[in-house]
Amino acid sequence: MNNPLLKITNLELGFNTFQGEHKILHGLNIHIKAGERVALVGESGSGKSVTARIILGMFDELTSANFSGDILFNEQRLDLMTKAQKHSLRGKEISMIFQDPTSSLNPTFKIGQQFYEVLRTANPKIKKQAANKIAIDWLHKVAITDADRVLNSYAFQLSGGMNQRVMIAMALVNKPSLLLADEPGTALDVTVQAQTLNLMRELVTQENTAVLFISHNLGVVREFADRVYIIYKGRIVEQGKTHDIFDNPQHPYTQALMAAVPRITGGGIPEIDDTSERYYDPIFIHKGGEEIGDPV
Amino acid sequence: MKKIFYQLTSNPMSLLGVILVSIVILSAIFADFITPFPEHRGAIVDFSNFNQPPHWPNIFGTDLVGRDLFTRIIYAYRISLILGFVVLVISVPIGVSIGLVAGYMGGWTETILMRITDVFLSIPPLVLAMSVMGLLEPSLFNGMMAVTIMWWPWYTRLVYNLTRSETQEGYVLAAEIIGASKFHIIFREILPNCWASIITKMALDLGFVILIAASLSFLGLGVQAPTPDLGSMVAEGGNYLPDSWWLVIFPALAILIAVFGFNLLGDALREILGGEE
Amino acid sequence: MNSVVKMLLKRIGTSLVVLIGVSMLIFTIARVIPGDPARIALGPNASIEQIDKLRERLHLNDNIITQYGYFIKDLSNGNLGISLYTNRPVTTDIAQFLPATLELVIFAGFFMVAFGIPLGIIAAKYKDKWQDHSVRILALLTVSAPSFVWAVILMLLFAFFLPLFPVAGRIDDQLLLPDNITGFLTVDALIDGNFTVFVNAIWHILLPAFALSLSGIGQAARLTRANMVETYKKPYIEMAQAFGFSAKRIATKYAFKPSLIPSLTIIGLDFAAMLGNAFLVEAVFAWPGLSRYGVQVILRKDLNAIVGTVLVISAMFLVVNIIVDLLITYINPRIRLAKGQ
Repeated sequence: MNNPLLKITNLELGFNTFQGEHKILHGLNIHIKAGERVALVGESGSGKSVTARIILGMFDELTSANFSGDILFNEQRLDLMTKAQKHSLRGKEISMIFQDPTSSLNPTFKIGQQFYEVLRTANPKIKKQAANKIAIDWLHKVAITDADRVLNSYAFQLSGGMNQRVMIAMALVNKPSLLLADEPGTALDVTVQAQTLNLMRELVTQENTAVLFISHNLGVVREFADRVYIIYKGRIVEQGKTHDIFDNPQHPYTQALMAAVPRITGGGIPEIDDTSERYYDPIFIHKGGEEIGDPV
Repeated sequence: MKKIFYQLTSNPMSLLGVILVSIVILSAIFADFITPFPEHRGAIVDFSNFNQPPHWPNIFGTDLVGRDLFTRIIYAYRISLILGFVVLVISVPIGVSIGLVAGYMGGWTETILMRITDVFLSIPPLVLAMSVMGLLEPSLFNGMMAVTIMWWPWYTRLVYNLTRSETQEGYVLAAEIIGASKFHIIFREILPNCWASIITKMALDLGFVILIAASLSFLGLGVQAPTPDLGSMVAEGGNYLPDSWWLVIFPALAILIAVFGFNLLGDALREILGGEE
Repeated sequence: MNSVVKMLLKRIGTSLVVLIGVSMLIFTIARVIPGDPARIALGPNASIEQIDKLRERLHLNDNIITQYGYFIKDLSNGNLGISLYTNRPVTTDIAQFLPATLELVIFAGFFMVAFGIPLGIIAAKYKDKWQDHSVRILALLTVSAPSFVWAVILMLLFAFFLPLFPVAGRIDDQLLLPDNITGFLTVDALIDGNFTVFVNAIWHILLPAFALSLSGIGQAARLTRANMVETYKKPYIEMAQAFGFSAKRIATKYAFKPSLIPSLTIIGLDFAAMLGNAFLVEAVFAWPGLSRYGVQVILRKDLNAIVGTVLVISAMFLVVNIIVDLLITYINPRIRLAKGQ
């Protein structure tokens, strides 16, 4: 049972443009074990959000996109699945949390209705009342006390932090084994973000849900992840256990990233100029952070 | 300009639009040379060859007094295009100026101008044009007047909405701070940012003016005989259905083709220039 | 609920102001035209005395503001004056002809929504696939011809070449009309329990209503598609997809409802524009509605009737807009709830 929950091997992605193929990802290797919390760290445009969407199979529609590489989830090849098969995994086996919770909830339907729809994807025959009970239960788990009011509200009537909790509850209610968190709560203010992330960490530990945590925020990553992949321009440049990377960054790009973290205020990192040729140095793998099956 | 032309011709639908519009415009301009019987645009009677189905040389057949239908349709295009052109040339500057002023000045100016615009917009377009037309004498000139009176408010509304959002932009504030005159801000700063939407709407509207003008003359409230007109041709032919089908089908299709062409072109321009719906 | 009532009252208030504006506008246009309406109404053989008498009755010798005062005074008593064409009160004429037009427009409006919106949804769901291209071309074609063109084409195809539908009128001549209660033949037939008349009336109305609705169908499809394509780019639709909502439920519910809000205003305007286009379709199918009356009074410069007809149609237009606003308030929780505060 040492097989990982998710194993991505040599993932490449390119777009056909009129100037030829434009490569986004250059052979990513990533694995996540059951219940493990793994972070994918990089600046915007490095290809990290794209990776999450490929795992969810939400890139198929684009005819101009080419991929190659294996994606193994629960012993199944995601990349060979039909659209319908992939669709049946979403929201049930694999779930996702987005950057801005308020705009990720439908403004014309009450939270309760959206919760009901999420539950229906796992159990199409579920009755509204039963769904309501489960929803209230889960809202309690994310520390929402007046669950009834929240279920009867629209997203724009609730605070960002409240919506983020709702999203977390919705993402976990069908007990997925993998949660993709794409810059969760970046749109929220810092203290609210920290609160909701703590909640999320507790819940995924309880439920033994694996998390792929996509972020540019090193402070948050340090708190949240067991293991870290640093991604730069579609390549993994450094990987290893969280404390190894933070204590002893080896790759020049990682070092630059660390140096750029504002010391006092926290929050985002400034844009890093890609002036250094050394950012293209080969990958550095810390001990204990190797890909499974790789020769050490 | 070259780039726009390239983009227009690279997509099959917009290319079709360019072709249809070119055919309509060129045939209207060169009607004297391409029609077999140019004299048939006027009051001519040929009872030896009346109400005939399509045959050579009358490829669309002949009308009730023996005139070549093809010739009359091409000349009707000429009239329609002139009408559409004149209507837009008059109504666009009026509508645009009112919209700019109302949108930028705000306050009472805005309230009064926009309420007046609302009054015009709350009469169904065809009904307004009909009543104006009916109260005047039906003629080409009055037809233009009637359609112009119903057309300008749509530009006022479009430009008013654009101006309102442009007024929030930094460049307007910057111009105000350096003390530019209101006239300068409205016509030199804001107006250039509205052109894309205005031009797109004009391309679409040329088709719709033709459509409304045809509707008016269909009801007998437009261009009068013997001037050829697509709407009145359909109306006359309607009395002889189904036997004399060509009297109706060819003018009807002629309207459809012209307006379809302008719509395709307008849609393509909207995508290229990024104008508003 | 209170907030909705408030909104409604406000809308009715502004509509009344606009309606007064319409009356001034049309009244002014009607009075400043060249030519003596009294002379035109009475014909070339009328004596000067007769003309003077009519001018007196119509207050044509007073200045225009006084004339408008008389008009408003009559209007507040529900009186639009006497039609010079039919010699009956204009209100009676309109009451006789309007229901047939309204029935036609309502059927056409139903077609517009019932066909246009689903076509738009299909096009958006299959964006850039053949379904999308077909809907777009079809929609653009339908808006590219006035409704009288569609009316004659449909008539030629489905009444003459394939005699599936009647060529003209609201009902077969030999059938006995039901009691005139609403003026809507279909409704009156149902109230009467006369199923034969009901079916016959439906059979007559289908082709003209469809011809009238065609460009509306195209507009509704284009708008729905455009707004849905925008909605599909929204994060909450990505979220719905990521959470495994079925593509069909997204298309018909979660992407549809937010897209409907911006579409509705324009669909409402198109519906209202049918009140004008109905004139064209009625002329083709000899539909006994307001069209023939409207065109006749316009050609005869029957001032009272013209002003009355335009005023009534504009009132209908404003009523439709108010209904659409109410619908939007109902659908868009953001507006509904914001007003409650």
